[in-house]
Amino acid sequence: MELILPFLIGILFSASLYLILHRHFFKLILGLILFGLSTNLFLFVIGRLTRGGSAIIGQEEKVATEPFADPVPQALLLTAIVIGFGIQAFAIVLIKRVYQSFGTTDLDDMSTTDQIEDNH
Amino acid sequence: MFLAILAGFLLAFAAPLLYRWLGKWVYVPMALLPFSIFLYLLTLAPAVLGGDNLGELHAWAPSLNINLHFFLDGLSLLFALLITGFGTLIMLYAGGYLKGHPLLGRFYLYLALFMTSMLGLVLAGNIISIFVFWELTSISSYLLIGFGHDKESSRSSALQALLVTGLGGLALMAGLILLGIAGDSYTVSDLLERGDMVTSHTLYLPALVLILLGAFTKSAQFPFHFWLPNAMAAPTPVSAYLHSATMVKAGVYLLARLTPVMGGTDEWQYTLMLVGGITTLLGALLATQHLDLKAILAYTTISALGLLVTMTGIGTAPALEAMVVFLLAHALYKGTLFMVAGNVDHATGTRDLTELTGLSGSMRYTAIAALLAGMSMAGLLPFFGFIGKELLYEASLQESPFRWLLFAVSFFSGMVFVAVAIALGFGIFWRRSTSPTALQHPDKTLLYLPPLLLASTGLIFGLLPGFFVTPLLRRAAEAMLGVEQKFELALWHGFNLVLGLSLLTLALGYVLYRFSNQLLSYAARFNGLYLFGPANLYRLALKGFLAGATKITATVQNGYLRSYIAAIITAHIALVVVSLWKNGPRLEIANRLPELSQLRMYEVVLLLMIVPSLIFLFRSRSRLTSIAIMGIIGYSVALFYILFGAPDVAATQLLIETLTVVIFVLILHKLPAFRYLSHASERYKYVLLSLSFGAMMTYIILIVKQYPLDSQLKAYYGENSYLLGQGRNIVNVILVDFRALDTLGEIVVLAVAAIGIMAMLKLRMQKGDKL
Repeated sequence: MELILPFLIGILFSASLYLILHRHFFKLILGLILFGLSTNLFLFVIGRLTRGGSAIIGQEEKVATEPFADPVPQALLLTAIVIGFGIQAFAIVLIKRVYQSFGTTDLDDMSTTDQIEDNH
Repeated sequence: MFLAILAGFLLAFAAPLLYRWLGKWVYVPMALLPFSIFLYLLTLAPAVLGGDNLGELHAWAPSLNINLHFFLDGLSLLFALLITGFGTLIMLYAGGYLKGHPLLGRFYLYLALFMTSMLGLVLAGNIISIFVFWELTSISSYLLIGFGHDKESSRSSALQALLVTGLGGLALMAGLILLGIAGDSYTVSDLLERGDMVTSHTLYLPALVLILLGAFTKSAQFPFHFWLPNAMAAPTPVSAYLHSATMVKAGVYLLARLTPVMGGTDEWQYTLMLVGGITTLLGALLATQHLDLKAILAYTTISALGLLVTMTGIGTAPALEAMVVFLLAHALYKGTLFMVAGNVDHATGTRDLTELTGLSGSMRYTAIAALLAGMSMAGLLPFFGFIGKELLYEASLQESPFRWLLFAVSFFSGMVFVAVAIALGFGIFWRRSTSPTALQHPDKTLLYLPPLLLASTGLIFGLLPGFFVTPLLRRAAEAMLGVEQKFELALWHGFNLVLGLSLLTLALGYVLYRFSNQLLSYAARFNGLYLFGPANLYRLALKGFLAGATKITATVQNGYLRSYIAAIITAHIALVVVSLWKNGPRLEIANRLPELSQLRMYEVVLLLMIVPSLIFLFRSRSRLTSIAIMGIIGYSVALFYILFGAPDVAATQLLIETLTVVIFVLILHKLPAFRYLSHASERYKYVLLSLSFGAMMTYIILIVKQYPLDSQLKAYYGENSYLLGQGRNIVNVILVDFRALDTLGEIVVLAVAAIGIMAMLKLRMQKGDKL
């Protein structure tokens, strides 16, 4: 698994980036969600995998005994997942709002504020 | 001195308020400030004239060698008295000139800001603070030139002045820093004693070039002279104050200040003499080609600045002596003439030389001021200008390989000065005329008093040169030469060569005046030449910059999110590849292949769920299907977390995944049918980019996992989470105990997102409203 996972993460990253590069707002959100997922996995794997033992101290013990999973990446992940959810929810509402206001979900139609007229 | 400057800035920003309270009387406090600083400086004068240099130090950023250091010697005192004395008159004059103008308060703000900055510039004893004040004068000059901001010409002139002087300012900053390195000090008084050390340093030449660039742009020397005539778009008080007497002399001041430090070398001498000489000739020549009073004055100012630079370049005792005397004389008569031109413009509504005639009857006092200043400019006895001119001729005729060339330059400009002086001081006022130009309103006290006072000062200084003026100028020259000077100014030098040359100048100047109309007819022939002039170069450069910037911005900031992201990712990949290529560890994957045999069944199943899901995701054309597939992937990942000992993460992931699907379905059911919008041509590019990004991430993980993880955190939390945090679930203890503040931050982020979502859902926009 340790050898397979990096490739899986690579595939996930590729797929999500490709979705992000789409013109469609909906695909962009899908890409963002997938990108967050890939990043979480990336962190988790970088923090080493432990089969079996979770990061919980047994009832009769006062300190954790090996093997137990590294709690630090897990704590990080928990935070990242929740914040990622905040972003997702915001983006989903944003796309609805944008569609209501502009009548389009094509990102290329929303580039006017950044464009400089060439014949200026 | 620090207090004086602080008071100046405070009063500057209070000016708009004062205007609201005091109405037209606002000029009283505004004029009182420079006047009280003037008096304060006079109280310091005896000490300075007695041979002391006064200093005052306030630490500002000592670690960077930047201090609010003030330094008063003869040179600074001369300039400071000029700035505050003339400043007082200008404040009065502006009150009359812009009386009733709705933005008079703002005008006073700019003017006081400029005056204080200029004062700071000449009093600064630290070269970095010199630079700061220098830039402040450029900025306030920009604001003042653009005061009539409703006119396009005014705005473009202001911008031109700012760009030219600002560019010089940048060069100056670099030059001053190099100077500081070469002299190993940023303090003026230290540097003044280290001239040899600086001139022999390898950084001397670059520092010199950069500093001269700064001084030449500020003092409108060729080829940067073109901004000054355009700066005449400013109201006349500004032209009189900034663009004849003070700001344009900042460059001259800097050169004078640095003479003991950087002067004396061949590079210094020849550059200054050459540039100053060309400027003198060019300014004088162009002055004869114009009819606008202010344009003529502007070009003669350029010419005079050229003379000052030339004299500084010669650098001998008589030359520097002539420099300070001419500087004072020029400020006195040129300031007056500008104000006279302003009065004429104000009263008659025109500045055209040919339309103005016989004004002495209707503008008696202005006419007297003009006559006095004109005689000083022409160098007549017994005016101060006469002494200045005599000394200029004497200095240029000294033993030197270029003596005749230098003399020809000053003689030519002297001739033009005489012609201009006759035209302005005599022609438009006193020449008999059957049909005098009509006035729109009579002369006002506030308008004619300041030029009259200034012009009489020129007369008094001429009659009594020994009183106060001589010691002051002597000390100023000493500051440049570094040794004690003994010169005495006298009105009468007896019948000698110089006097004869003066008389010749007058005669030829009169001839020039008589034939000025014929000369003007040649003006049209210069038009072709202007195409190659620096003003046109500036215009082309500006246009090119704008076009180039537009093009670059349109390419870089094209408004397409995907090109931004593509650029970021590409740069990221490039950086990683370069650093791995250079000294990255090699990947050793061959001896790890046996690990594959440890794969368990359920792990393979998870893989088999995720990869085909991705394929379906790309093929799906239905929004709902895509959401469902996203759910599958999310749940698979959650299962994976469970397998590797992270039940909490898995629970959260499951929860969030469910919530996301719910929100998606709730919100997105109203959106239009799902379409593929990607460009076919771009698709291959993006596929390639995505694949390389994924490959890079894989590679990074593999590399990282080759090395053991060295973390004491795992052991620490394992040992302490029960003993210190009283919890058995270590992850929970970290979140709510060890790192509780971080969790609070996370909650805040969620709350902010929730507020944003609420706002977007509740916001009602009119149809057609853009965000």
